[in-house]
Amino acid sequence: MSAVLEQQTADAREEAWSIPLEQIDVSDPRLHQDDTIGYYFDRLRKDCPVHLASTERFGEFWSVTRYKDIMAVDTNHQVFSSEPSITIRDLPEEYRRPMFITMDPPKHDEQRKAVSPIVAPANLAKMEATIRERTCRVLDGLPVNEEFDWVSDVSVELTTLMLATLFDFPIEDRRLLTWWSDVATVDLTSGGPIDTDEKRMAELMKCLEYFTRLWNERVNVEPQPDLISMMAHAPATRNMDPHEYLGNLILLIVGGNDTTRNSMSGSVVATNLFPDELTKVRADPALIAKSFVPEVVRWQTPLSHMRRTAKEDGEIAGQPIKAGEKVVMWYLSGNRDETAIENPNAFIADRARPRQHMSFGFGIHRCVGNRLAELQLKILWEEILPRFKSIELTGEPKRTFSNFVHGWTEVPVRVRA
Amino acid sequence: MPSITYIEYDGTEHVVDAPVGMSLMQAALNNNIPGIDADCGGQCACATCHVFVEPDWLEQTGARNDMEDSMLDFAAEVRDNSRLACQVEVSESMDGLTVRMPESQH
Repeated sequence: MSAVLEQQTADAREEAWSIPLEQIDVSDPRLHQDDTIGYYFDRLRKDCPVHLASTERFGEFWSVTRYKDIMAVDTNHQVFSSEPSITIRDLPEEYRRPMFITMDPPKHDEQRKAVSPIVAPANLAKMEATIRERTCRVLDGLPVNEEFDWVSDVSVELTTLMLATLFDFPIEDRRLLTWWSDVATVDLTSGGPIDTDEKRMAELMKCLEYFTRLWNERVNVEPQPDLISMMAHAPATRNMDPHEYLGNLILLIVGGNDTTRNSMSGSVVATNLFPDELTKVRADPALIAKSFVPEVVRWQTPLSHMRRTAKEDGEIAGQPIKAGEKVVMWYLSGNRDETAIENPNAFIADRARPRQHMSFGFGIHRCVGNRLAELQLKILWEEILPRFKSIELTGEPKRTFSNFVHGWTEVPVRVRA
Repeated sequence: MPSITYIEYDGTEHVVDAPVGMSLMQAALNNNIPGIDADCGGQCACATCHVFVEPDWLEQTGARNDMEDSMLDFAAEVRDNSRLACQVEVSESMDGLTVRMPESQH
């Protein structure tokens, strides 16, 4: 690290530990993009583990920062509801898109069951050969000894191909899925082209239009094992109105693509920051499935938070919470809680009990695609090791401007065969 | 203490003495029995301590609770005798109980 960077890091830490608690705003996407957010979570876990912020942009919200308190909220869906939103911001009514992640039981359970068979182990076993063949093809096509962007050439390409398969979506149009995923999650203040809810909705209506065509093709023919056909035929989802269809599409697109994309990118960053850990894996490739992949998912924490709303008065770690208040579970903080995870800031390829992390959430909203995510990452690294002697960062990786998507927009690398 | 038998998917048997009041999951973890992952540590929140209770013992282990039913949706291959080991509390009447593990918890 350069002297300038070191000084900036020290200054950021000093700022996080000295600012009055009531002024801390962990929803500020700039802190997430410059990766100083961790210092604020370190402070909150120690000084104010259930913290109330009052912000201009999102109003008041509670931040839950310790592992065990997050677990308590996540497993108490009777009090802490997923309706109306699982992100900090409440969308204006006209832009709300219902989806099963923002529903409570029983509707949540019914809709989720309509799509969950696609990621059941028996189905994953059927998909494994396809995933491996594509992974090999993408890796074999990479330029050796030349700089390229790992995010677009590997992470986006592999996860978008996967998503196109799950939807049985025309492969040649697959980058539309990437675009809609990014449109759905982009922070409107990030400086990009989508800077209003209206512009976002206009793009997403194109997504709905495209997928409505696919729905209409599939609804009157025999059920097929793709997500569109499954939704078109399942009793719990076949009568969804267009907004609910769009909502669930967005959920499946973001959940089935963006998260693993960022873990794939994060795995390259992590192995550059902790090169000895990759040496361990090269010496014992069985570690890939056993602990390396779960550790990547923990270390990256592809979604920084999930939000709940108190349905009735309750409490979290002794802090009273009133009905109607927003409660934000910061998985990013829980995954760095030293009272639950030993040496949490380190990436440890052979970590003991590596799956005891919060990245998939806990309780009834736990990530439905967790096995598929792990499978894709496992295959990626099983195929990287015999091909490349190294994947070196050639510049500073860039992070996403978002308090929700904890990701990478650019990871410049050079591979050596 | 009641004696509990855990049978791995490959048929390997592990017999342990489990204290009354402890969960089947914790007893497995304390004895390092492979095949019970318990990612959430016993909160009925991840469905990675899935076991099949041998049919003769279903009366002793009782019925699944609602949360357990919801979480079992995450497990592969759920059967009528599926339970989450974290939700089964060892009692005196369970001496000799046998449970089998699925192929994988993930």
